[in-house]
Amino acid sequence: MSRQTLGVWGSLRATFGRELLILWRSPGDIVNPLMFFVIAVSLFPLGGDADPTYLSGIAAGVVWVTALLAVMLSMESLFRSDYEDGSLEQLLLSPQPLYFHLLAKVAGHWLMTGLPLVILSPLLAMMLALPDEAYTPLIIGLLVGTPTLNLIGAIGMALTVGLARSGLLLAVLVLPLSIPVLVFGTGMVQAALAGLPYTGLVALLGALLVLALSLAPLAIGAALRISVN
Amino acid sequence: MWQWLYKLGSPRHFYEMTTSFLPWLKGVTYFLLIVGLVWGLGFAPPDYQMGDNYRIIYIHVPTALGAMWIYVMMAVMAAMHMIWNIKVADMVAKSSALVGAGFCAVALFTGAVWGRPTWGVYWIWDAKLTSFLILFFVYIGVIALRSAFDSETSGSKAASVLTLVGVVNLPIIYYAAVWWNTLHQPPSELSLSSQGANPPEIWIPAFFTGFGLIGLVFVFVIMRTRNEILWRERRAQWVQDLVKQEEGRA
Repeated sequence: MSRQTLGVWGSLRATFGRELLILWRSPGDIVNPLMFFVIAVSLFPLGGDADPTYLSGIAAGVVWVTALLAVMLSMESLFRSDYEDGSLEQLLLSPQPLYFHLLAKVAGHWLMTGLPLVILSPLLAMMLALPDEAYTPLIIGLLVGTPTLNLIGAIGMALTVGLARSGLLLAVLVLPLSIPVLVFGTGMVQAALAGLPYTGLVALLGALLVLALSLAPLAIGAALRISVN
Repeated sequence: MWQWLYKLGSPRHFYEMTTSFLPWLKGVTYFLLIVGLVWGLGFAPPDYQMGDNYRIIYIHVPTALGAMWIYVMMAVMAAMHMIWNIKVADMVAKSSALVGAGFCAVALFTGAVWGRPTWGVYWIWDAKLTSFLILFFVYIGVIALRSAFDSETSGSKAASVLTLVGVVNLPIIYYAAVWWNTLHQPPSELSLSSQGANPPEIWIPAFFTGFGLIGLVFVFVIMRTRNEILWRERRAQWVQDLVKQEEGRA
């Protein structure tokens, strides 16, 4: 092949495709966060109360908090293996803007780990006796909110990828920063249950996503440069 | 002016300048704190609604404001460290993190103690309380991240990035919490007449403790930064000379 350089669009597609392929070939990285999601949610009726009226009150919160934790646990597969085999350094050295590489990488990661969580969430919400009118806001909220969680998680992962044991530290760094998404996401469900419109909250979640899309890759890039050097 | 600022960026000059300046700062700080506390706790009139238990305001409000502003200072220092690679800025940021976490903890504790007689509970999931709890978590995260690195340079750069991420995120967290739940009273207005809700006899001591605690922030931060300078520059000639001098005096 000739030494032709990829444009921004081409590099974006290449990174995106690579991320999908890597995750597709290590199914554990996709399945384990989902299993955690299912198991952790099913602990609440067991440890709390299986009474449907009690469960329906906490259902949205439980699904959201567990999804947040599952996203945190899935972040390990975003940079860890790339860091260990040196491809992260190649990514940082590439002539195309790092911003787009990282955007594509996180987008691919979300598609393989975040989207399955969103698809699985109605099933778990049903097991927690969530009232019918709350499904739409729950799914829309998770659909708009989990990419933001992935982007925030990627900042934390980029900061800790150079450390030997980063799991707990990652949670300490990232969970406080994820709180607005959680508040607006569960707020949507509460509003729907109270018969109020929730479009304003969707807009707020969308605004957080746009902010994260525009700023998080910069922070991720700066953090990766520190971790790799 | 610029040269003076520029010199402050050198660890040695920072150390020498603060050596002459610190005793004065300490004197003023202790004076303000003692006057404010004795006046506020002993002589200011009781509040017509809350009686004597409002007096914790003399500690609670300044520490809470301090906890927020220390974060801003830490973020400015982190930015200076990231942009111009000024080492003293990073040392100040490192020193501020623990002082900020401490102020945050004191604000939370005094708030809980004050909440019990006035609201009937120690803790409530109210916007201000929650956002201060989260601010405390963010401080802890910055400290934990820095200490997780073996290498001083990587740790300080990583902590700077996290501090700057936090400064974008904290206002959002605050407004998310406000929208979520609000019980905490809004700040009451100051009034010059003694008939108002906040007569001068009550708020003047608060100014003393307020400025005293600001002074205390700088005393703590400067003292910790000086230790940090001595530690990081321990191989430099001027520090070794300093140690010999101290040993000669002892």
